[in-house]
Amino acid sequence: MSIDEFIQKIENEIEELPKGVLKPDTSYRQLPEWSSMHALIIIALCETDYNVTLTGEDLRSCNTVNDLYSVVKSRI
Amino acid sequence: MAVFAVHHVRMAGISSCVPSRKEYNRDYDWISEDERRMLIKTTGIDGRHVADKGVATSDLCLDAAELLLKKLGWKKDEIDLLVFVSQSRDYILPSTAIILQDRLGLPKTCAAFDIGLGCSGYVYGLSAISSMIATGGFRKALLMAGDISTLSLNYKDKSTYPLFGDAGTVTALEYDPSAPAMYFNLQSDGSGYQAIILPDGGVRQRPDENTYVESEVDKGIIRSRGNLWLNGLDVFNFSVREAPPNISALIQYCQADTGSFDYFVFHQANLLMNETIRKKLKIPAEKVPYSLGQFGNTSSASIPLTINTLKPEQVSGKKRWLLSGFGVGLSWGTASVETENLVCTEIIYK
Repeated sequence: MSIDEFIQKIENEIEELPKGVLKPDTSYRQLPEWSSMHALIIIALCETDYNVTLTGEDLRSCNTVNDLYSVVKSRI
Repeated sequence: MAVFAVHHVRMAGISSCVPSRKEYNRDYDWISEDERRMLIKTTGIDGRHVADKGVATSDLCLDAAELLLKKLGWKKDEIDLLVFVSQSRDYILPSTAIILQDRLGLPKTCAAFDIGLGCSGYVYGLSAISSMIATGGFRKALLMAGDISTLSLNYKDKSTYPLFGDAGTVTALEYDPSAPAMYFNLQSDGSGYQAIILPDGGVRQRPDENTYVESEVDKGIIRSRGNLWLNGLDVFNFSVREAPPNISALIQYCQADTGSFDYFVFHQANLLMNETIRKKLKIPAEKVPYSLGQFGNTSSASIPLTINTLKPEQVSGKKRWLLSGFGVGLSWGTASVETENLVCTEIIYK
């Protein structure tokens, strides 16, 4: 899995997010479109596509998309 | 491990009753229209039936019981056992099941007691009542399950208010030596007790002058200690982590596979959560019915209520069900149940 693929999957799941907005260094929680529902969508995506369990604490401790990607990649 | 089989018990019928008043999440003006759209899409909850003040869970169960007994042609003096599963009992004491024995006109030879569980309550209740019937000491029994959850919600808490609906259900069971075995797998993890909690009102924290003092804990979340608290992220995480292995272990225990079941009925909490569980278990979508859209999260009523939303032809003949509940406690469990011409009544709108 590359970070580009990871970003693409998130973009596919979160329709409210215009394509191209998410970059590896994006602080996703600072995006105006971000809501707590998106956290659930990302957890669900990682469970179904990567069989990786992300906790609420994981999401709170990550700042950028790259931080999140690193956590997921380390658990695959 | 709490994995076991129960023999000689037949599930005969299911009925449900909800309050007629309905609220729609598209009208929930505590949050923006964009947030409402997102909420409805993610949770799958479009509307919820909400009880008026003064209506108790037992009132809904009572109406559902009268209808089911009539439809089954069961006599009240044949009922030897009544179990009421709820977190919204009539009184702190006595147990509501006992009051229901009298209100329903059941004989004094009927045993009656409550079980205080929510999301997992139907599966736990079914396991308890079936295990008692299996002894051969009880002919017919009623399992009542449901909650008036909306009573303790705060309109200004977006993490709870748009999720819950009210419902009461009744499941009729009887001793039958020819019935196929039921199977159960029950689990609990009390370390997560704060994930869904109503903090004040029990013995640990009696209600006092601070119970209904509201405070803002996050954006869009204003609540008091007299309201239901829900940590959505933790519950979501728990459910997608724990439910699939519990279900898989039960399927393995009863030497079946996912293809052996006609329906997988999950506790109705959140569409995204249930779909994640479904995909992890590789279950085809058409085998997983939902009542979330119309009724929201109805606590221990959600599994029987979902069965009641199926069309008569979908429940007729021989059917094998996998029923799984997970949530408040934290508590979770799965049951395998086989039915033949299960009697499902029309849902009552009280």
